[in-house]
Amino acid sequence: MQQVFHEIEKKIISALKEKNGLTSEQLESITNLSPDQIRRGIEWLKLKDLANVKEDQQTFVSLGKNGLNANSKGLPERQLLDLLKDGPKPLAELQKELKFIFGPAMGIARKNNWITNKDDTISLNSPVDALPEENIIKQIGAGKIPKSDIGDSQSLELLKKRPDFIVEEVSKSKTISLVEQALKIDVNASDSGAIDVEAKVPAVYPARTHPLNETIEEIREIFVTLGFTEILGNLSQSSFWNFDALFTPQDHPAREMQDTFFLEKLKAKQFATAEQIRNVSTSHKKNWRYLWNIDEARKMVLRTHTTCVTIKHLAENKPDEARVFSLGRVFRNEKVSYKHLVEFNQVEGVVVGKHASLRDLMGIQKEFYRRIGLNKVKFWPTFFPYTEPSLQTMVYNERLKKWVELFGMGIFRPEVTKPLGINKPVLAWGGGIERIAMMKYGLDDVREFYNNDLKWLRSATKCQ
Amino acid sequence: MPVVELNYNRLQKLVGGKSNKKKIIDTLPYLGLDIEGETNSDVRIEYSPNRPDYSTDYGIAMGLQGLLGIKQGLVDLKIKKKEDYQIKVDSSVSKIRPFVTGIVAKNGTIDEHTLKQLIAMQEDLHFGIGRKRKKSSIGIHDLDKISFPLIYTTTNRKHKFIPLTSEKENTIDEILANSDVGKDYGYILGNSPKVPLILDSENNTVSFPPIINAAITTVTTKTKNLFVEVTGINKDDIEDMLSVVATILQSAGFELHAVKISGAKNSSPQFKLRKLKIDTELVSKTLGLDLSPSKISSSLKKSRLNAAVKGKKIECTVPRYRFDIFGPMDLVEEIALGYGIENIEPIMSPSQTLGQKHSTSINLQSIRGVLTGLGYMEGLNSSLTSKRILYDNTNRDSSKIVSVLDSKSLEHTILRDSLLPGLIDSFGKNIHEAYPQKLFEIGTVFYNSSSLTEHTHLCAVSSHKDANFSEMKSVLQTVVQSIFGKTCETKTTTHPTFEKGRVASITVNGKTIGFIGEISESTKEHFKLREPIVSFEIKLPG
Repeated sequence: MQQVFHEIEKKIISALKEKNGLTSEQLESITNLSPDQIRRGIEWLKLKDLANVKEDQQTFVSLGKNGLNANSKGLPERQLLDLLKDGPKPLAELQKELKFIFGPAMGIARKNNWITNKDDTISLNSPVDALPEENIIKQIGAGKIPKSDIGDSQSLELLKKRPDFIVEEVSKSKTISLVEQALKIDVNASDSGAIDVEAKVPAVYPARTHPLNETIEEIREIFVTLGFTEILGNLSQSSFWNFDALFTPQDHPAREMQDTFFLEKLKAKQFATAEQIRNVSTSHKKNWRYLWNIDEARKMVLRTHTTCVTIKHLAENKPDEARVFSLGRVFRNEKVSYKHLVEFNQVEGVVVGKHASLRDLMGIQKEFYRRIGLNKVKFWPTFFPYTEPSLQTMVYNERLKKWVELFGMGIFRPEVTKPLGINKPVLAWGGGIERIAMMKYGLDDVREFYNNDLKWLRSATKCQ
Repeated sequence: MPVVELNYNRLQKLVGGKSNKKKIIDTLPYLGLDIEGETNSDVRIEYSPNRPDYSTDYGIAMGLQGLLGIKQGLVDLKIKKKEDYQIKVDSSVSKIRPFVTGIVAKNGTIDEHTLKQLIAMQEDLHFGIGRKRKKSSIGIHDLDKISFPLIYTTTNRKHKFIPLTSEKENTIDEILANSDVGKDYGYILGNSPKVPLILDSENNTVSFPPIINAAITTVTTKTKNLFVEVTGINKDDIEDMLSVVATILQSAGFELHAVKISGAKNSSPQFKLRKLKIDTELVSKTLGLDLSPSKISSSLKKSRLNAAVKGKKIECTVPRYRFDIFGPMDLVEEIALGYGIENIEPIMSPSQTLGQKHSTSINLQSIRGVLTGLGYMEGLNSSLTSKRILYDNTNRDSSKIVSVLDSKSLEHTILRDSLLPGLIDSFGKNIHEAYPQKLFEIGTVFYNSSSLTEHTHLCAVSSHKDANFSEMKSVLQTVVQSIFGKTCETKTTTHPTFEKGRVASITVNGKTIGFIGEISESTKEHFKLREPIVSFEIKLPG
């Protein structure tokens, strides 16, 4: 097939066909391409085996600080000679005029027998023509030229001995030449509307909803198709609904500051009905044997689970038959690490009614996991303060090759439901969503979800 | 969750029967115990705080024996009441720590391992059911160093004795001020001039509850006979705690002897068994299994309880140390565990209800669709953030700040009242990624006026070399139209985060819903950003 060339390649080929063997700098000035375009063009031609690159070393010279001074004001000896042009001058005056260069200038002038010193008065013997060093300085000027361009290498060596006159630099240059076969390429002939379909193209990035929110939406969808209706609730809650209503005693270690975010100076005012408060406090006093304090119940917290939302809903509606779920952010006062966040998402479903047995609860779990693609599931007993019996799900993580803990579940204790007037058994189950999303996106560090790292967001791929 | 370390060989010996390592490892989770880590010889187990009997390998062995069918039924305490061990209580304790109880355990052997298990158990009991020693605390002593009867009384803060791990006499005040336990638990005694003390008949200090024992009664691997005292603020609670220790010591091979307690409303512990009746129907309904009364009763026995069939009911006998059992539902769980969770087959019953998403969720999802359609990538930040990002870097007014108490993370100390600072901060983390960069976030923010209220905001930010006000206003118009079904107006205003003269308030139907503008140089500088940034943030309806 006809070979297709990029515009850059065409320009480089044309230039090299005129004169094979050019440096990249020369190519730049001939083709008007940027250094980066030249570099890329050469790379492409090399990959196609059409061009060779020969690397050469070349020494360049430029003027140092003193050299540049000499270029503008003349060599020290020339400055001395110029001062003497109009007649002899006293030594002291010359010294004052020439300052630091007085010494070297006098040395050179004496050595060449250009001057005479009589009673500390200096006079010129005869006019001095242009010096070879002066020619070299003029040739270099403010620029940088190849050392090989300077014919009088002997004088250059002399100048190099003077401090800070000449700076030498070794630089590598590339000479690019076309291979023989490439010299026959007719860049215009190949231009028949075809394009290089194999060439690389610029990257574009998707705008998308967040991978974690996609997982959340997927879970929301599964809950709905399993017959659950969504309820919402606040992130900030009274301790009453977050703890007391869930049979967590006020002196329980979980309520202490190390696990819970208490809001500074904020107290809930009307958080529950008088009857609810009375019944809950009575249940605490009777079962946990301590003095229940309403001020503890008023303390505002960032909810530590979504259960506070579901229990409040059940207490308000007292349904005989219901499937509801609540989904959203929850908070734990923990050190942030690759597996712990202070704020993460949780989903929780409750079932009230006829099919509210532990086996049904396990069945719903199994179906839920099947739908998110987790087929190896088992159940272990566990403990939650507000459910009895309580189980946790273990699922097999194929990537990590081990069993990991996922959702917890249980039946609300009568000590939770009775005081709130809920008379039917209530199954509850739920857990963290990030853990599931980590499996889906193959992440090992949960913090990734909240870094807003565009590199990841632009490329995140579901692995399950 | 508390953790206990176990040695497999020792555990296997304690369990007895035909148990082996694999069987034990496979069964532990079915007691509700999580394996946290293991080596060839040891295993670390996480247990629930409601089962303090699992704080030692003795307790765990009893549970395993049940599930593995090696020993079943309840572990009853056999307590000898002949010898006269006595604690008299002085009424002065009633104001500070009113109750004491105790037991004597004789003729046991204590090796390094046993000692370690006992100390760990004591610590876990103190932390959990003892509520960091406030509710109840234990002292375990070498019986042979004590001469009975003892007196539980109070003393003043100048009282001196040699406390555990020390070599010289200390006053109460010195112990409270200088020792770790004194500093940690001294608060329980408050400023009371009198503090609790247990003295023996020769007036030697035995214990200064709930802080520290006397050095003289230190238990070592040479100790044969133990005296255990528990003090606290409630008689039932201290007997709960004592019952756990007594059960563990008995299964560790000690012979238990009663201690007589009298004075100031105190009395000897009874370790009474409780009888609870449970309906077989409740069991079957709750578990979703059709279980025969005999199956229920055998399951209970496997959970180390006793059970007898009484018609349609089962009478269950619960030992004193199982105070985590409140009522019938707790027994249902014991039955499920005894039956074996692995034997319960999940079933999928048809749903009696139809599911529905919340309208708010549906709306937010469609707003996400609009923003991504306009080329904006969704970002997520926590609602808990730092003062530096939320206020200092954006020059915003922090007078309505809402803080959380004692956060363990410096980056998460206050609640956000705006999404914008978090998104600008996100740009700061992406300076090496290709531009244009466009992000949006939908999330909860908190307003602190007379009370704390929660609202959902939408914020969009765009950064590239040509980013400008008009670009953002075009986006805003489309977004507002699709959310509110209305046009919006932008009116000149000032805002500390935005460039002067390039910021406007956004109004819909005359009501201000947010801000739009170009981010000021000083804000960008604080986030170490160079490229121009434009943004709008609005409050969403509902």
